[in-house]
Amino acid sequence: MTLRDILNKLLGRQQASATTARERLQLVLAHDRSDLSPELLDQMKLEILEVVAKYVEIDMDEGAVSLETEDRMTALVANLPIKRTLKAKKQDDEQSS
Amino acid sequence: MAPNTRIILICSGKGGVGKTTLTANLGIALARQGVRTVVLDADFGLRNLDLLLGLENRIVYTAQEVLEESCRLDQALVKHKQEPNLSLLPAGNPRMLEWLKPDDMQRIVGMLAKQFDYVLIDCPAGVEDGFKNAVSATKEAIIITTPEVSAVRDADRVIGLLNTNGIKPVQLVLNRVRPKMIESQEMLSVDDVTDILALPLLGLVLEDEQVIISTNRGEPLTLKDNISPAARCYANIAKRLQGENIPLIDPAKAGRGLRDKFMRLMQTKIF
Ligand SMILES: Nc1ncnc2c1ncn2[C@@H]1O[C@H](COP(=O)(O)OP(=O)(O)O)[C@@H](O)[C@H]1O
Ligand SMILES: [Mg+2]
Repeated sequence: MTLRDILNKLLGRQQASATTARERLQLVLAHDRSDLSPELLDQMKLEILEVVAKYVEIDMDEGAVSLETEDRMTALVANLPIKRTLKAKKQDDEQSS
Repeated sequence: MAPNTRIILICSGKGGVGKTTLTANLGIALARQGVRTVVLDADFGLRNLDLLLGLENRIVYTAQEVLEESCRLDQALVKHKQEPNLSLLPAGNPRMLEWLKPDDMQRIVGMLAKQFDYVLIDCPAGVEDGFKNAVSATKEAIIITTPEVSAVRDADRVIGLLNTNGIKPVQLVLNRVRPKMIESQEMLSVDDVTDILALPLLGLVLEDEQVIISTNRGEPLTLKDNISPAARCYANIAKRLQGENIPLIDPAKAGRGLRDKFMRLMQTKIF
């Protein structure tokens, strides 16, 4: 984000088109390079969350699975904040009942 | 094959971004530095390297007759009158596309490499057979793109294919740069494009109406010690190819006035 972007935001103006171009390119290239469509990524995300949910309780609102690229290397990045482990959850549930 | 011959493919993915113009201008600029240079028109479907060089009326034979062995290579090569260090091997009939194979392309380039220090190949747009044939015959590549989303995306695709084919080095030329638009952040900057594509920058070429005037005449800008902005850019690219250390000046960062400084401040990335 540049100074101009911040200024535009404060004034409620559209962000500079070069910034939009950069963001759109980064996203589309991550998908092009990995040959993963947004739909496939969404499906994979759901399945990953299902697996993780077997072990820990995650914050679904804060969690994100995305593609990031740097120097032509694409990485699948999952950022899944853990609320508590299932063991802790079980104990909590038992106490409250 | 002369072991030191540099075989360079000039490609882009997207059409109309400046491949042929770069090939013509680099060819002339290198020839003027005294190196034996040949430009090969590998865009058999839509040939026009001959036109940009002003050589369209002097073509007798083409790559096609050379491959069919109905003429010798030196009969097909068209020497530039003002810069005899530069020759053109014209593209044959568009129907060549139907039968040309990677082997044929390698054979032609192999013949050229025996006689020249530089073989510059003007690549067709796209990533289909014409492109694949050209890739099979090259050692290194120059990717040319403009600072526009579609051109950058297509360039990225081509870079991926060049990497898979072991082409090295692959360098970037950014064409039709408009410093004013970059300053006002309405055009991707030079750093944006090199970051996104992760390629070393060989040079940039400014948007310049002299390019159009020179193509009208069939006289590439690098023929004269031209003072036009694009002419200087092309000449610098040729010098860098030759290993000269010509510093890269980002025009959007070069201005020294108060307004330029303010515009730069506005471009500073905060996070
Ligand atoms: N730096 C430039 N400034 C202005 N016009 C340019 C520049 N580079 C290329 N052009 C114009 O863009 C068009 C496409 O260029 P060309 O070299 O034929 O592209 P390609 O071979 O990639 O299809 C031509 O009309 C050319 O004159
Ligand atoms: Mg062309």
